[in-house]
Amino acid sequence: MEYIDVLISKPSKGSSGKTGLWRTFKPVYHEDKCVSCFECYVYCPENCISLNGLKIEIDYEYCKGCGVCCNVCPANAIEMVKEV
Amino acid sequence: MRLEIGCPLLPGNPSCQGCPHSIGLKALSVLENPIVVVPAGCTTIIAGMHPKSSLKFPVVHVPFASAPAVACGLSKAYDNVVVWMGDGGADIGFATLSGSAVRNDNIIVIVSDNEAYMNTGIQASGTTFWKAKTTTSPTGKREEKKDLALIMLMHRVPYVATASVGYMHDFAQKVKKAGEIRGFRFIHLHSPCPPGWRFDSSKTVEIARMAVKSGAWILWEYDGKFRLTGASRKCRDKGKRIPIEEYLRAQGRFRGISDDDVKEIEKKVDEVWNLVESLEKMF
Amino acid sequence: MKTILTGNYAVAEAVKLSRVKVIAAYPITPQTTIVERLAEMVESGEIDAEFVRVESEHSALAVVYGSSLAGLRSFTATSSHGLLYMYEMCWWVSNARIPLVMAVVTRTIGPPWNIHTDHTDILTLRDSGWIISMAENAQEALDLTIQGFKISERVNLPFVVGLDAFVVSHTAEVVDVPEQDLVDSFLPERKQAYVISPDDPIAVGNIAQNDVTMRLRYDMAKDMERSKEVIREVGDEFEKKFGRKYGLVEHYMTEDADYVVVMSGAWCGDAKEAVDVLRSRGIPIGLLKLTYLRPFPKEELKELEDREVLVVDRSFSMGHRGILGLEVGNVLDCKNVIAGLCGVDMGVEDFVEMFNRFVRGEIEDVEWWLK
Repeated sequence: MEYIDVLISKPSKGSSGKTGLWRTFKPVYHEDKCVSCFECYVYCPENCISLNGLKIEIDYEYCKGCGVCCNVCPANAIEMVKEV
Repeated sequence: MRLEIGCPLLPGNPSCQGCPHSIGLKALSVLENPIVVVPAGCTTIIAGMHPKSSLKFPVVHVPFASAPAVACGLSKAYDNVVVWMGDGGADIGFATLSGSAVRNDNIIVIVSDNEAYMNTGIQASGTTFWKAKTTTSPTGKREEKKDLALIMLMHRVPYVATASVGYMHDFAQKVKKAGEIRGFRFIHLHSPCPPGWRFDSSKTVEIARMAVKSGAWILWEYDGKFRLTGASRKCRDKGKRIPIEEYLRAQGRFRGISDDDVKEIEKKVDEVWNLVESLEKMF
Repeated sequence: MKTILTGNYAVAEAVKLSRVKVIAAYPITPQTTIVERLAEMVESGEIDAEFVRVESEHSALAVVYGSSLAGLRSFTATSSHGLLYMYEMCWWVSNARIPLVMAVVTRTIGPPWNIHTDHTDILTLRDSGWIISMAENAQEALDLTIQGFKISERVNLPFVVGLDAFVVSHTAEVVDVPEQDLVDSFLPERKQAYVISPDDPIAVGNIAQNDVTMRLRYDMAKDMERSKEVIREVGDEFEKKFGRKYGLVEHYMTEDADYVVVMSGAWCGDAKEAVDVLRSRGIPIGLLKLTYLRPFPKEELKELEDREVLVVDRSFSMGHRGILGLEVGNVLDCKNVIAGLCGVDMGVEDFVEMFNRFVRGEIEDVEWWLK
């Protein structure tokens, strides 16, 4: 009966590997401009923005570089920079 | 008062860059211990490959047309069973969806609508927007589109609403409200898809907001009384909407549509608004 | 307690005695009276269960799959076109290794529309991983349903009980309905390989790689093989508690028979009478009734290697032979007669004539018994 296990999966980060490798553009956080609205946290599709007090942190291991955070930020506190 | 929105979807999952499902799934964090039933579709893939799951709650994968019925079975043991399916599931499983509503099953059904059968490569569905180009409507969809939420409203179930991934706070409020009601609850979620609708992955939320601001997508809810919500409220006044042409021309799936096409679409949108306004008055 | 019940009502009694918690079924002649009787029992409180009115058979099995995943003992019933409509779900349920019991009132497939019996519908489940049993009469329909819950929960494979349309489903017979305490002592609390619950964040059925998926099927094949032992054990336990013998097959005068007829389903009753007639004339003939078609009783059939064998089929695999003829023919040399399709009635006289011709060596390799 041991292979019934194949039917069951458990929650884990990186179910598609290190998706940070998908990026061509990287979101750069300008802390000084941030107004702590946390819209970037709400709208990040990858859930790789986390809250740190009144500021945010970006998990670059998994960030796919989609650019939604930059697009929703009302204060231009996130800039998409091309990764070389 | 803003609701705390959590992160039930783990990073590093197979979703495309800018995927609206990934944004929308966060709203499920306002429910207590949900069990999510997922039929075939994009979310089947987003849920991750064995042995990893990308979702922090129990997930039951089911055949394409069966989701609301399997959820009904689960609801005999548990509360907070949620079906998360696409417009594809609402086409192939239309009878299942309707049957479930007729029974007033104690489940929440969320149709995360990206207006095509995206997982199989962008084919037209029942909710594909007028004139949109897909692989099975390469010169633009000629048929009408079905208004899924209004159809479910006519099943006379306790809660029906529309929402958009561009307005997550509105959506989360609706999910929370639905979670507090018993019986069949339905939310039609507008989910713009970057590869399917042909726009840059950074613009998912922007396009979703343009759909609402132009009146093309209407935010409403029914919980015994029909009402408009959020940013749709001011769109009753046509003068306060942004031009629909702006919404259409921002997406590659409408490339090459004529000015006449735009006028036709505008007229159809106005007709839907007339219907919605009379529902507001008398339903 | 002995009473008069039709096959369908006997199945309903078995479902009640097995303490089923969720029932979902869509009506289709000739299964309808199972559904109606169960709905009545739930409404009156005779069964402590939920009855779900579904809008199609596909949804019926889907609902029962959902409730089974949650750990609730569940039941559905269908026939013919209904079974074909839920076919996709049938494979999903067995591949998901979820135990549950379904009754199929065997009915032919159209067009033309025909509500009478043959075994073609239930045999479409042959390759799917469902355990397939066939009832000869109302008593067997009741007994196999109860045993079905025990067997399927022990091997994690779904179980189907077949009963012939009208011949068993709607014919009233004397049935011994066991007492609830006796069934309770026979059927333990439900257990299954895995359960979905809100506080355990597992995902069931994520995409998986090819090699591990193949191992899953291999494991399923091993469990299906292992189920032969379980069926024999459960059959023995059933005999001890309820006094009626069950196994993969039933031997009727086969010990010293030179000629053996292999059949399955309700018409075995008439065939046994025909065997009696021939025996009274001194012909050494016997009948092997296949109670289970899956797992396939290969070992029991191999014992007949040195006899003349005739398989009488109530089904046909277009382009080859009768379905049972194919299955048995894989183990033994046999003649194959196709009869009784689409509800054509086969009585004792028909079987006497057929078996006489068989014994005289006049039956072709494959012969259709057209009336």
